[in-house]
Amino acid sequence: MPVTPDDVDHVAELARLSFDDEEKERLARDMSRILDHIDTLNELDTAGVPPMSHGVTRENVTRSDEPNARISREQALQNAPDTDGEHLRVPRVIDTDA
Amino acid sequence: MSYSTFAEARAALSNDETSCEALVSSYLERIEARNDAVNAFLTVDRDGALNHARYLDSQLERGNDRPLAGLVLGVKDMIAIKNQALTCGSRMLEDFTSLYDAHVIEQLREAGAIFVGKTNCDEFGMGSSNETSYFGPVQHPEHEDYVPGGSSGGSAAAVADGMCHAALGTDTGGSVRQPAAFCGVVGLKPTYGRVSRYGLVSYASSFDTIGPMGRSVEDVALLLNALAGPDTRDATSAEVQVPDYTRALGRSVEGVRIGLPEEYFAEGLDPDIRRMIEAQVEQLRDQGAEVQSVSLPHTEYGIATYYVLATAEASSNLSRYDGVRYGHRADLETMQAAIKEEHEALHEQLGTAQSNGDAERVAQLQDQLDTQSDLLRALYVQSRTEGFGDEVKRRIMLGTYALSAGHYDKYYEKAQRVRTLIRHDFLQAFEDVDVLLTPATPTPAFQRGEKTADPLQMYLSDVYTVPANLAGVPGLSVPIGTHPDAPHLPVGAQLLAAPFDEAGLLHVGDALMKNVPA
Repeated sequence: MPVTPDDVDHVAELARLSFDDEEKERLARDMSRILDHIDTLNELDTAGVPPMSHGVTRENVTRSDEPNARISREQALQNAPDTDGEHLRVPRVIDTDA
Repeated sequence: MSYSTFAEARAALSNDETSCEALVSSYLERIEARNDAVNAFLTVDRDGALNHARYLDSQLERGNDRPLAGLVLGVKDMIAIKNQALTCGSRMLEDFTSLYDAHVIEQLREAGAIFVGKTNCDEFGMGSSNETSYFGPVQHPEHEDYVPGGSSGGSAAAVADGMCHAALGTDTGGSVRQPAAFCGVVGLKPTYGRVSRYGLVSYASSFDTIGPMGRSVEDVALLLNALAGPDTRDATSAEVQVPDYTRALGRSVEGVRIGLPEEYFAEGLDPDIRRMIEAQVEQLRDQGAEVQSVSLPHTEYGIATYYVLATAEASSNLSRYDGVRYGHRADLETMQAAIKEEHEALHEQLGTAQSNGDAERVAQLQDQLDTQSDLLRALYVQSRTEGFGDEVKRRIMLGTYALSAGHYDKYYEKAQRVRTLIRHDFLQAFEDVDVLLTPATPTPAFQRGEKTADPLQMYLSDVYTVPANLAGVPGLSVPIGTHPDAPHLPVGAQLLAAPFDEAGLLHVGDALMKNVPA
């Protein structure tokens, strides 16, 4: 099995997700099966084949830098889970006791 | 009073036999009667649709016609309509309201379309059965135990069930074409870059497309006329001229070169679907099409390539959901309580490790304690863990894994190289043929719950649709009848063409559909 529950822990850490032990076991199993299938790509010799990053190749797309319709502060905060009316509010991150 | 296609409703409108308001009302009635069972619509904008219909009627009275006036449209809930909910089928965006219109919404509104509501879908477009929506599965319109396909299952079911003339879907790996095939409607995935993605919530940006779904090829062509074209707000939208796509319709297929990719007729294809496609091929041949076998040798690597690249892009795109600016936020007090509990547990373990003199374990636990006391970080983790469903988390995890140190070359870059090979297969094939004809899916619609326990099996059901997204080429799914073993289950054929040759797809698709006995 290429993916262990410890690997799941590490990747979950990177992805900012958390799982209980049962979920970790299941994810390790599912990811291992999917990665086994993905390993079939190694059958192919891709030496000299350029990587493709997009459905179309366009370069240096530009537009003129002109002001256009913007959203108001009120609108920007409209979907926020918590605000003080002017700013987004999050848990304290600076320790003021220090 | 209802008309089976928009084109028919359009004719009735111009003969004053109906009005936009009457059309909207009849669809609203149908939605009311059926949506509790089918669950195709997440929200219905009754007042907005009726008001817009009345406005269009008054415009029509003044002789101010628009090409899509009276078109009653469902919009997949991944596409932004200003001041309306935009959930993506996710708890994460349960309370999100869009601040602006997507480019396609602006275009369609200008053309006279009426948005009747937002349709259900797999969460963030991730799924092939519409079972991953936080708001419940969509039911196949013909049979309650079957899935409508996904991820645009709500759009396909709404069109098939007569709840709207047509609908917008999105197609990242087959999410328009597969549900269209399962539900017996027409679905188009345009060339990547043909339709602006501005206002489409991102899943995998180098694959995502917006496409129309309807009851006839003509309706899909009429919609594409309004959808296609460049937009400065999407740098990947292409400066390619937009023809009148309806001119592709009603023409003979004489001399059209049709390729049958042998890899799409290999093991795994339902034998009855194969026979149904072959019967279609015979008719097209009789009508003068030149049919030949072709090879797309890297087809079998499509799913593997897709599930590396699409999940990698998804893991990056979905990192924006952090519970800070918008979207679901975990309850702080509950979180603090949980952190306290975990803190105490870690302290206990630390004590044990210290008394055992296990230095390595002590260092590890100290690390965990440091990370764990970061409340903002905990807010990210808890909000995401609560806000996303299992399939979305699985794809974020896969994508994060593929992009993580030590795996990038082996998975991500390798898949990018194979993607080049797959695109090359298509471009090579289109040197010899005008369109490719394939089954849209290896099987007809499956039962709800049949594949949820096995994600790989679910992924493999997209084997015929994924390659077009990898290559960026357009694809059209057209209904060709129902399955002999299960008369309630439609079967779809897929047509694929060279980049920006949507007209070629619509041309052959129209002929194909006319060959199917009603």
